[in-house]
Amino acid sequence: MTLTHILVFAAAALLALIALPARGRAWALFAASVVAIYWLQPAVTIRRLDFAFPTATLGLVVLAWLLTRAPGQRITREDAAAAALIAALVLLLAFGRALAPAYRVTPSRPPPLGAVVLWLAVGGIALAALSRVPGGRGRSLLALAVGIIALFAVLKTEALATEAGRLLRGWTGQSPDLARADELQWLGFSYVAFRLLHTARDRQTGLLPALTLREYTTYAIFFPAFTAGPIDRAERLLGDLRALPGPDAARFVQGGMRIAAGIGKKFVIADSLAILALDTAKAEAATSALGLWALLYAYAFQIYFDFSGYSDIAIGLGQWCGVKLPENFSQPYLKRNITAFWQSWHITLSQWVRFYVFSPLSRTLLTRPRKPSPTALALVGQLVTMLVIGLWHGVTWGFAVWGLWHGVGLFVHKVYSDRTRAHYLRLRAHPRLGRAVEVAGVLVTFHFVALGWVWFALPDIGASWDVFVRLLGG
Amino acid sequence: MQTWRWLYKPGKPFDGRFIARVLVKTALLFAALNLAFVLLDPLPTLGKLSLYNRVLPGRARLPYGENPDAAYNLSLFQLDAMFAAHEVARAPARDEFRVLLIGDSATWGILLRPEETLAGQINAAGLVAADGRRVRAYNLGYPTMSLTKDLLLLDYALPRYEPDLVVWLFTLESFDAQTQLDSPLVQHNPAPVRALIARYGLAQDPADPRFVDLSTWDKTLIGQRRALADLLRLQLYGVPWAVTGIDQEYPADYTPRAVDLPADAAWHGLRQDLFAPADLAFDALRAGVARAGDVPLLLVNEPMLISAGANSDIRYNFFYPRWAYDAYQRLLHAQRDEHGWTLLDLDAAIPDAECYTDSAVHLTPACTADLAEAVGAAIVGASGG
Repeated sequence: MTLTHILVFAAAALLALIALPARGRAWALFAASVVAIYWLQPAVTIRRLDFAFPTATLGLVVLAWLLTRAPGQRITREDAAAAALIAALVLLLAFGRALAPAYRVTPSRPPPLGAVVLWLAVGGIALAALSRVPGGRGRSLLALAVGIIALFAVLKTEALATEAGRLLRGWTGQSPDLARADELQWLGFSYVAFRLLHTARDRQTGLLPALTLREYTTYAIFFPAFTAGPIDRAERLLGDLRALPGPDAARFVQGGMRIAAGIGKKFVIADSLAILALDTAKAEAATSALGLWALLYAYAFQIYFDFSGYSDIAIGLGQWCGVKLPENFSQPYLKRNITAFWQSWHITLSQWVRFYVFSPLSRTLLTRPRKPSPTALALVGQLVTMLVIGLWHGVTWGFAVWGLWHGVGLFVHKVYSDRTRAHYLRLRAHPRLGRAVEVAGVLVTFHFVALGWVWFALPDIGASWDVFVRLLGG
Repeated sequence: MQTWRWLYKPGKPFDGRFIARVLVKTALLFAALNLAFVLLDPLPTLGKLSLYNRVLPGRARLPYGENPDAAYNLSLFQLDAMFAAHEVARAPARDEFRVLLIGDSATWGILLRPEETLAGQINAAGLVAADGRRVRAYNLGYPTMSLTKDLLLLDYALPRYEPDLVVWLFTLESFDAQTQLDSPLVQHNPAPVRALIARYGLAQDPADPRFVDLSTWDKTLIGQRRALADLLRLQLYGVPWAVTGIDQEYPADYTPRAVDLPADAAWHGLRQDLFAPADLAFDALRAGVARAGDVPLLLVNEPMLISAGANSDIRYNFFYPRWAYDAYQRLLHAQRDEHGWTLLDLDAAIPDAECYTDSAVHLTPACTADLAEAVGAAIVGASGG
């Protein structure tokens, strides 16, 4: 999201709040989200892919809605209207082909109208056929989840993404030899995928309420949270969507403050720190361990201010739209231990993974004939959970090691805190000592997290290891 | 959430009147700040505030960079900030014989690391002046070819950094009278350049439209936001500079200097029969000599590629047709003889074509060492008065 995106979104949210009744605003949010994903999508070097990606997102969302409908939930006239509006908006955006670049919403010239009509017709017929399948069937949901994970794996694995790029280039008549993994920039897919997986799983367990197509689509691609989260829960957002509040001074101030704070964090602090932050070129040229630490600190704060800034902007825009998105950060670098850190860093992702990976995995292990020891259970649970979080960022060795680094940290902290709980309780009688221990905990936790960023920041695992060793004086 | 408790559980409710008060105060504060910026012009003062030479090591050459993210360096035009970031702004060592090197991109050191530049190699040679002080050279070269730009830098540096000797390196290209004001550094410093034009009677128009004069709107905080951001970025890029020692982008590959030349006998559109001495800005050179006053000044005619490729009978290199350079050299020697200048003419001192990198005046590190040897010897010689 650029400053232009943010200002336009903010203006649109305020305009809708002032000019539209609650029901109209709900539809406006839905339509704005559909248009926004085309506007936010960056240009892609493979021809027409920057139009195809948002369109595919919409197709996937409609498919997921069909399959996650509550048992017995019929397709209503409102759902048909929502589907028609999606198709109409896609066609309208495709008309941008006839406009000058300055007047287009899409990042490049859209495909010919005939091709878009054909896509919509084929997609519409396929989805209409699928609509006859009753919603909430276990096999359908499993197929949906497997399909999303497979697509995720292709996009996030360099070799697979390159191969996919080669294939797509072949189809579009471009040189397959020029294919690169980073060409497949499908904006927002990581977040959309986790939202859809959540609805698929919650339909299986019966936790997901019945949603209309409009509600489901708004949830999956809600424009303030589309690019960088937070990952809300469908039932929570649904509550807000069904009771959108009218204009309110307090909400205006709160939303405005969050947007302003987010802009400051992202565009002033994070973008300035990016100049100093650790990257491959600086890591290779750094001449001292002290210098490397300076670059690493800059990276640690840059990533925090960047990400939490975007979260603030999303939350603020959400408030102006009448939706209270969940918090994603809570002073994570001031936490006394790594467990507390993960309760305050990318909170919604941590909760998602805890809910859909850690808990089911623990339950599965505990129901085995040979139950693992509590220590083994904690170790496996933490490692797998954090590995999933790592791989969610990309299927690379660096992200895997970063995930495992934190998994090991969480496990060690659990074992340590189990054994030292009594000591910590005794510290209450010595406030000064307790405070000193607290400060030491914050420093140790911050440096553990900062060292972990070495694996995250550099794309090459060998370079990360080299930096890691040099940081420690090697 | 603890972080935002003040916002979501405020002491007083946020109502319409609160919003109105905030908006009015914000508007007033914003207007006042912009007005204060116009009246106080704080940029020169802010430019002098620098982390360099305090928290960060001073830069070995003046800030210049077209790709800041790769160079950890950027081009800006505020002399106070540029010099405050340079190591010359440090207090000199007690036994230092302070030498300022003024010149173009060849002196600044395109494609050279700081220690490989002329100044870097003179310092590495460990030269000792006639009075026993250690020779310490400072690189004040800047990558545009204009004697007026050199004069501007000399005028700024002389009273502030009190050199024992100034070495001014140049080549014919810096003499073109028509392009003296083309340097962005000159254009963005109209006041000191106009003062120099007036003081030394330079043959440049003080009302030349190439000067960038700021309107009142340009002087507001809004108008100066880019300059302000550049000051901040200069400080920020100091960290990667300090950590890596990199201050320019070193491309893996570059287009080498041209050896085969076009069959074009014109220089800046001038034909030999239309050339006149006034086409060269010797007035700027004389002004520099006058400006240096009692400070010894060593003039150096830079080494250049003398091509043996196609059409080398017409041109010496990409820059110069033979007739133009020969005319310039005759005029330079005549001026030297007339004014008693100390001139080191090194134009043919580095004949090997392989010594030149991407231009006919940019040298490789090894050949810069040869130049440093020649200039270093002249510095030691000049230090004896």
